[in-house]
Amino acid sequence: MTDTRYVLQTQGLVKRFGGITATDHVTLNIAQGARHALIGPNGAGKTTLINLMTGVLPATEGRIVLEGQDITELAPHQRVRRGLVRTFQINQLFNSMTPLETLAMVVSQHRGLGGRWWQALGRDTSVVVRCEQLLAQFRLTDVMNQRTEFLAYGKRRLLEMAIALACEPRVLLLDEPVAGVPAGEREELLQTVSALPADVSVVLIEHDMDLVFEFANRITVLVNGAVLTEGAPQEIAHDPQVKAVYLGHGEDTHV
Amino acid sequence: MKSVTSLAQQSVLRTSRMKVWEPVFWLLALASPWLAQQHALIINEIAIVALFAVSLDLVLGYTGIVSLGHAAFLGFGAYAAALFAKWVMPDPLVGLLVGTLAATVLGAVCSTTILRGSDLTRLMVTLGMALILYELANKLDGLTGGSDGLQGVVMGPVLGRYEFDLMGQVAAWYSLSVLFVCFMLARRLVHSPFGATLMAVRDNRLRAMAIGIPVHARLAVVYTTAAGVAGAAGALMAQTTGFASLDVFALDRSADVMLMLVIGGVGWLYGGVAGAIVFKLMHDVISSITPQYWTFWMGLFLVVLVMVGRERLLKPWTWGRT
Amino acid sequence: MTILFDGIAYGMLLFILAVGLSVTMGLMNFINLAHGAFAMAGGYLTVVLMQRYEVPFLVCLPLAFVATALLGALLERTLYRPMYRKPHLDQVLFSIGLAFMAVASVDYFVGSQQQIMQLPEWLKGRTELWDGQPWALGMGHYRLFIIAVCAALTVGLQYVLSATRFGSRLRASVDDPRVASGLGINVNVVFAATFAVGSGLAGLGGALGAEVLGLDPTFPLKFMVYFLIVVAVGGTSSITGPLLAALLLGVADVAGKYYVPKLGAFIVYSLMLAILIWRPQGLFVRQGGKS
Repeated sequence: MTDTRYVLQTQGLVKRFGGITATDHVTLNIAQGARHALIGPNGAGKTTLINLMTGVLPATEGRIVLEGQDITELAPHQRVRRGLVRTFQINQLFNSMTPLETLAMVVSQHRGLGGRWWQALGRDTSVVVRCEQLLAQFRLTDVMNQRTEFLAYGKRRLLEMAIALACEPRVLLLDEPVAGVPAGEREELLQTVSALPADVSVVLIEHDMDLVFEFANRITVLVNGAVLTEGAPQEIAHDPQVKAVYLGHGEDTHV
Repeated sequence: MKSVTSLAQQSVLRTSRMKVWEPVFWLLALASPWLAQQHALIINEIAIVALFAVSLDLVLGYTGIVSLGHAAFLGFGAYAAALFAKWVMPDPLVGLLVGTLAATVLGAVCSTTILRGSDLTRLMVTLGMALILYELANKLDGLTGGSDGLQGVVMGPVLGRYEFDLMGQVAAWYSLSVLFVCFMLARRLVHSPFGATLMAVRDNRLRAMAIGIPVHARLAVVYTTAAGVAGAAGALMAQTTGFASLDVFALDRSADVMLMLVIGGVGWLYGGVAGAIVFKLMHDVISSITPQYWTFWMGLFLVVLVMVGRERLLKPWTWGRT
Repeated sequence: MTILFDGIAYGMLLFILAVGLSVTMGLMNFINLAHGAFAMAGGYLTVVLMQRYEVPFLVCLPLAFVATALLGALLERTLYRPMYRKPHLDQVLFSIGLAFMAVASVDYFVGSQQQIMQLPEWLKGRTELWDGQPWALGMGHYRLFIIAVCAALTVGLQYVLSATRFGSRLRASVDDPRVASGLGINVNVVFAATFAVGSGLAGLGGALGAEVLGLDPTFPLKFMVYFLIVVAVGGTSSITGPLLAALLLGVADVAGKYYVPKLGAFIVYSLMLAILIWRPQGLFVRQGGKS
């Protein structure tokens, strides 16, 4: 049963690898315009869940529903077309292309120009204008003509995010977006994400609890592949079960 | 009416604009059958082989698929054009079209198989296609002339006016023109949004999928196109030499063209042309010194090339970087 | 039935020739198209030893194994090792280059004619069973010998893999080299030893097979395709996979050439193509095995 209040839902999602159950009947409801965080200890299966949602891994059981449509059987690129976009914990970039070329390519692809083979890449002005916007938003304008493989790590991380936004997402899945980013820049990065319009819903995997509590309006806690609990940040912060799980870690303030 | 283009737009468009040397190169190339009449035959060979190399570059350089059987399409185009000229109609351009179409169809069929599996599987499947076609051509000797080859292909005049002469001038000009046209089309393709998505697939297939590129569909289109171009090269070969033989499917062909591409540089289209020129010239020089042991020197060259790092050879602008 | 017998002999021979390639691919993820050159080396060594120095056939066989194994170990250490990290295209080019060099060298030093292998008297001859029946079985003694030797080697290999410490180190390294070295396994030594043994087996196979398959400088290129088929279809994660694939290939080839000589090797190639299209990971990959 689909519930139209939610922009993204997983229903009883299960993933087994041989004898191991990596994802254990996870039911997740992401509200429209949500700033929803997914937390849990290492190995809890957060990235696996993202892989299931994006179609990189096929689900063993369960359904995934995006804006009321069942997307469980769709290929990854089809899900992206419908607006389900993710970023990667480890940068997945196109090393031989420059940021400008990369974004031009992504924007072209999303405006339906990806199949156009007779026109040069920069010819469409509206595409270029959008690229300039994104480059400015992510502070990449000064390196826009450098090959990605030569960019500094911070810029690469920004590009990682810029690529996702160039896909005009309806639902954005961020896998540890500030991993490896220096402390001063993390806030800015997440502010860029928070500043996204309300029609973009964001799911965030993060270990940095300060950031989580600052950013999220809803938190799901995942342990051993299953949902432990879910609720508003203040409820989670005072939940004894959650504290027990994190016992020994205290309140994480590192990545 | 030209509107003001931004710095960004100029940067992107710069890569797709013709460099200064390109028109010069093509003018010289197209004029060469008149400028160097006595070498018209080898110019023809180089043009055909360059076209073949460019077609492989579309596969190898722009999708990263290692294909050891690209000669399958060369041969299929050659035999198709030869048979067409012999039994239906000797017009060169129509025959060229037939050869290209035949190879394109074969490429489309093959493209469904090469998308899955590991590198080794793909290698085997591509190799297998070439081997099967070799065997078929060998055994169906009623049609193909078997190991003697298909002989006596007499072509009509190009465009109804230019007879193929014994000097090979018309042939060279014909092949060069086809090379030019196909190259320009390929160049357009590579610098388009479509081409950019291909490069994305080559650099990082996982991310390409994650940004909505239908990877399999793109690969299939490119592979089919490359097959068609290879078929055109094969048709040219059959038409300008007057026969088609089994060795057009041989492993040597596929290996040679890969070597050419590696010499010239994979992934920048001109690599195929440059490599073809260098390879043919090297072949002639070395063969005149040690005729039977060409394979030894080629083998040594390959080994050294790989050990040194193949990106470095003919791309001087990479010599400065690590 | 004779056809089945001949096919099995051919298949077992192919297996011994190709098993080194399969393990190398699975272990080092290295496409070695020069593998056939080691087989050729073993064959030529045997012929030279027998013809010039009158070494008995049975002595030549272990010599072929040891000599090619040493050659393999040497080349692994010097030439191959820097190649492991390179992309597959580079490996293909590199090994093709080596193969070309080997072929041309042999052509230069020994000449391009077929080498004739003189079998010892007791290996010549045939035994006919059930003559006249539809299931008549004619067993060439040499082929019987081949089957026996190869079967013994196969059993030996399986034993080493499953019951010895080296075997478990090898299996660990195949599964995950980084974890294996983290556990204290000297992965380099495992690689070198495996490569050496694989090459040695190829050399032995070349020596054994010279009489059946023919021996000339084009041997590596001619048969490389067959070895690759065995590895592609049989997978690289076990040795039973390539064994079954080799047997299948051997029988198919012999039967095909006998029943439909017009089509010859076409049958084998088509069969391979069909199998790889149906199961791109190979026919016998175990659950969760690497491709």
